[in-house]
Amino acid sequence: MPTALTLDDASVLLIWTAVVLYALSFIAYAVDLGARSAAATDAKDAAGRGEQARELVGAGAAAGGAGAGAGAGSVSVEFGDRVTATAVAPPSRGAGAGSAAGRAATGAGSGAGEASTPKRMVMARIGTTLMVLAFLFHLGGTITRGIAAERVPWSNMYEFAMTGTLMIVLVYLVVLIRYDLRYLGVLIAGLALVLLGGSAVTFYVEVVPLAQPLRSVWLVIHVFVATLSTAFFALAFGLSVLQLLQARRERLETQPDAKPLARGLRFLRTLPGADALESLAYRFAIIGFAFWTFTLIAGSIWAQDAWGRYWGFDTKEVWTFVIWVLYAGYIHARATRGWRGNRSAWLSIIGFSAVIFNFTIVNMFFKGLHAYSGLT
Amino acid sequence: MEQQARSTDPMRPADHIDGASGGSAAPEGTVSKDGGVASPALGFVGWMRWGWRQLTSMRTALILLLLLAIAAIPGSLVPQRSADPNGVVEYYSNYPELAPFLDSISMFDVYASPWFSAIYILLFISLIGCVLPRTKHHWQALRSQPPRTPARLARLADFRTREWRLAGAAGSEAVGSEAAAGGTAGGDTLPGETLPGDTLPGDALPGEDAAAAASRAIDLAQKQLRSSGYRVARYDSRGTFSVSAERGYLRESGNLVFHAGLVGVLVAVGIGGGLAYTGQRVVIEGTSFTNTLLDYSSFNPGRFVDTDNLPLYSLTLDEFTLDYEVENQHAIGMATNFVAHVSTQHPGEEPKREVVQVNKPLKIDGNNIYLLGNGYAPTITVRDAAGEVVFHDDVAFLPQDDNMTSLGIVKVANGLPVQLGLVGFFYPTVAELESGALTSSFPALVSPRLTLDVYEGDLGIDDGVPRSVYALDTSEMTKLTGRTTDVASLQIDPGQTVDLPNGLGTITFENAQPMGENYLKSVKRFVSLQVHHDDSATWVLVFALLSLAGLLTALFVPRRRMWVKATPDASGTGVRLEYAALARGDDPTLAAAVEALERSHGASLGIPADAAEPTTDAAGPTTK
Repeated sequence: MPTALTLDDASVLLIWTAVVLYALSFIAYAVDLGARSAAATDAKDAAGRGEQARELVGAGAAAGGAGAGAGAGSVSVEFGDRVTATAVAPPSRGAGAGSAAGRAATGAGSGAGEASTPKRMVMARIGTTLMVLAFLFHLGGTITRGIAAERVPWSNMYEFAMTGTLMIVLVYLVVLIRYDLRYLGVLIAGLALVLLGGSAVTFYVEVVPLAQPLRSVWLVIHVFVATLSTAFFALAFGLSVLQLLQARRERLETQPDAKPLARGLRFLRTLPGADALESLAYRFAIIGFAFWTFTLIAGSIWAQDAWGRYWGFDTKEVWTFVIWVLYAGYIHARATRGWRGNRSAWLSIIGFSAVIFNFTIVNMFFKGLHAYSGLT
Repeated sequence: MEQQARSTDPMRPADHIDGASGGSAAPEGTVSKDGGVASPALGFVGWMRWGWRQLTSMRTALILLLLLAIAAIPGSLVPQRSADPNGVVEYYSNYPELAPFLDSISMFDVYASPWFSAIYILLFISLIGCVLPRTKHHWQALRSQPPRTPARLARLADFRTREWRLAGAAGSEAVGSEAAAGGTAGGDTLPGETLPGDTLPGDALPGEDAAAAASRAIDLAQKQLRSSGYRVARYDSRGTFSVSAERGYLRESGNLVFHAGLVGVLVAVGIGGGLAYTGQRVVIEGTSFTNTLLDYSSFNPGRFVDTDNLPLYSLTLDEFTLDYEVENQHAIGMATNFVAHVSTQHPGEEPKREVVQVNKPLKIDGNNIYLLGNGYAPTITVRDAAGEVVFHDDVAFLPQDDNMTSLGIVKVANGLPVQLGLVGFFYPTVAELESGALTSSFPALVSPRLTLDVYEGDLGIDDGVPRSVYALDTSEMTKLTGRTTDVASLQIDPGQTVDLPNGLGTITFENAQPMGENYLKSVKRFVSLQVHHDDSATWVLVFALLSLAGLLTALFVPRRRMWVKATPDASGTGVRLEYAALARGDDPTLAAAVEALERSHGASLGIPADAAEPTTDAAGPTTK
């Protein structure tokens, strides 16, 4: 079938173009983070000059909880001008003034991010534009692969990585419409770059007909929903990592004698506070968890048809179960006193590591019935 | 103070983030931190209660969950008897010293092991202990009124207020709105931000005083809240009018359904496992099997299965067909479209023609019959030196690779001077490797060949101990042909007959279709079928779906309380309107909900919307 081969070649070409664009997007986003760091430093200098003003509102600031700071006045002001704004704000708005005591950006989040120096956002915009472009090539590559194979493009490891990263990027881009998560861009572009590029190098297999057990409508449903939940888990993972970094920085900020270097990455000052990052991470994780639960159930229905039992502790089933339990633990941890915050964030990170482990190591090295990597 | 306002509804374990905090009164049955309970001075009962509270706490549930995740992992690292019995045998031969130790700690049966069972049983006890009192509490909450409006709404995280100047009164036109951040405002006397008045005043009805207007405002708010799904209650007192509203009871209902569904899954699996049975059987084309215990090659009944009364039916394999990929260069010989054409028959009834396919089991009498594997079953005839038939059978050869190089055993126990064992390879398309060894280069019957090594001696089957038909114990036998002997292995094509060594007789590889133009039908095929009976599967699915539905509502239905309070001011020229909300559990849309209520309520009163709406949910996401 020469036509099919040509289509597959086109798919490979599109995928590699997407990989290159993801790399460029990654660089743009990384430059953006660097610019954020610089801006954060400038702001800090400005904050230093406003020492007196800070003392004036200090009492009010102390009363406000971290992250509760998006008071009425703080969103519309420029990041660097924060101290001026807080100085004129009435004491009743003191929560917003909490930022002057080092929480500059934590409460205001992207409000501050967008309002600050235009140069910085230019890089983030370029990153997003490149990401959208990469996504379109990626989508094209995935669709042509599907047409070439005459089936859904997620039935071996190469195709699963292709569709999985596509979903990660898609979910990220869709979420961007509502939330400014561009600080996650480095991670998402990096993840897409490594997973897609890596699988194109390592996992690539020629189009072959579908193995008989895979010829089921459940392949379409079960595997697709699995990729979707992986995408949400990936976003939650990124936010949880940032949450941990942010929490560490917030903790160190309260110790004035700490070395400046030890206070964490500077760009974190332009990000939402740890609490806000956590609440966002949680929201993505629970969507992922709901999809994952569905994946488990759909997989069981399929297993009942294909293997004669709905559950048999096949290695892949074990790991799917382990991941489910880990995220169930995460959701419980967030509702348990003493576990909300850093500890639950670690569970989210461990959960996503298990997802990646399940996809890579379990597929390649563990013996089991889900042996559909297509690799020999 | 937010913790206090949250109190304990829905009721949670003491260490739940929304649970009872120190000092606040806990409802009946809730763990409170009133010290004395944990005191050992209370003796045995006290300790038991303390233990029960520990077991049903969030922290214990969480630890058990994490333990469960960790405990499940070894089962993916070490082969399990349930999923991969041959892997266990292999493991024993590969690691003869380690394997018995692992076995002693149930590593080959992780999911039935005492330690794994202990974890999930404790987890479910903890779950039930937590869910039962909550269910009772929720049942009561479902039938009670929303709670009294708090005195100081401004203390809540999401609070908004505006002044409603009544038409005709002095300074009537100012409309204010503001949001206060949680915990920082020092009371409910925040000054409204007043805008210079080119906005239209809200309308008081003719002859209406401020108190009547306030009451009307609350009536309106009550109507609006009710129509958007809130349960509402009026609380008017001492010159203030307020409505208290609550919605999202479904969140707690969903939570309880989710957990109850999990218990249901566990119970269904537990009971169903006892009533389920699984049997395997190889069926060769043209032969039948009957659904009785004796006719299975392996059978695993649950503990309550009555093996004497299996539903009686028989199944005959008429033909097994499949297709081979010949076009795609990367998948030449890949087999697809497996179809086992069978006839099923109940005693005294006509046979029925049906098919069994991969992913499409055949359902009969509550049994599901699955097509698990297939292979070739050459027909072999052995004659003694006098030409008498001493063995004639179809022998299933188990496939060893993708091109169906297959391995089989023939045992001739009677009729010859000695017992004979033959270890054979079958190649559907024979090809010679560079080393001279034979292999199969295509899975279909293009040029089939059978090679056999002959052993004579004791087959070890006379002592009554059952032996696998797929293995030959050669410890008491002498090899007559093949490697390590002087005699070459026997090589036979379909229809050919060759001599056995030592003048023992002859062996024939029968051609199933001797008149055929080619070999495509020359060898019979077999299928390996799995017969599975499990009535619980449907129940497991029902409970799992129930759980999923519960999960979705528990995670995504926001539960919140809302209050609207109207206080006529002393001068009688205006009404102070307050809006506040409290999330019960994670609720990212809370601030937006308060804002929307303020807006729509203000609009219905005729108060124009405030153009400069400066608010965000501080703890929530920042919108782009």
